[in-house]
Amino acid sequence: MITKLNHVSVFVLNQDSALDFYVNKLGFKIHTDAPMGPGMRWLTVCPPEQPELEISLMPIEDGMMFKDGAAEQMKELVKKGTFGFGVFECNDLLATYEELKTKGVVFKKEPTKEFYAYEALFVDDSGNWFSLCEKKKE
Amino acid sequence: MENSYPKMYLYKRIVQAKLFIDNNFCDKIDLDNISDESHFSKFHFIRLFKDIYGKTPHKYLTSIRIEEAKRHLKKGISIMECCFAVGFDSPSSFTGLFKKEVGFTPKEYQSRQLQRKVEITDKPLKFIPNCFAETKGWTKNSNFQEVV
Repeated sequence: MITKLNHVSVFVLNQDSALDFYVNKLGFKIHTDAPMGPGMRWLTVCPPEQPELEISLMPIEDGMMFKDGAAEQMKELVKKGTFGFGVFECNDLLATYEELKTKGVVFKKEPTKEFYAYEALFVDDSGNWFSLCEKKKE
Repeated sequence: MENSYPKMYLYKRIVQAKLFIDNNFCDKIDLDNISDESHFSKFHFIRLFKDIYGKTPHKYLTSIRIEEAKRHLKKGISIMECCFAVGFDSPSSFTGLFKKEVGFTPKEYQSRQLQRKVEITDKPLKFIPNCFAETKGWTKNSNFQEVV
């Protein structure tokens, strides 16, 4: 029986810039930062109240994962905002929205009451889309 | 959403106060001044802040000081230096609060974190699940190509 998700990766255009975005704008914490040889680095962050979920900031580079020009194609797709990546939860959507906007986070949709939650949409510094949600009080 | 939160200006003021704490936690912060700046009574300010962030401004200030202290300790900065750098007045109150919040004394925490740092540098693959390490070609016996 699968019980939890504890690692996931987000493809980013630039690891340093992504680190700044996730830590200094979103308020995430660095979980693991391991040098893996010249120009390579295993870098994970986690939401402040969910240290068991490591989000790997995975640079899109030529190599085993992306071959024969696939890295450039993938970069273009990410830049264009092709990928909706996930949903982050917060206690208070309006306060979080205000704070992130003040810090320069780009929102694609303002806070709105949806069927499943109060939700706003933002993109990270690479172009990945995220929902930011506040659960409706029962 | 706007209808559910008719007092948007209240949010903006509380968020500004929170950001002020975030940016100035290492200085002496007078929370009375912050509530004055936000044009709230102290009581009203504390209540709204707690509604939004789940803790009082004072507890929030302590928590971000502790978080920043953890960051300093991971870098190997001395406990005394760390204590004053994040805005605590006395090493004994810092140590007490740190232990209460984190579960370890600053010294124990630092020792564990520095040990972890050495392990990450020496044996990084201990910290990377194989589904990532294999696809990056970081494992010795990576068979990614054959499997695909």
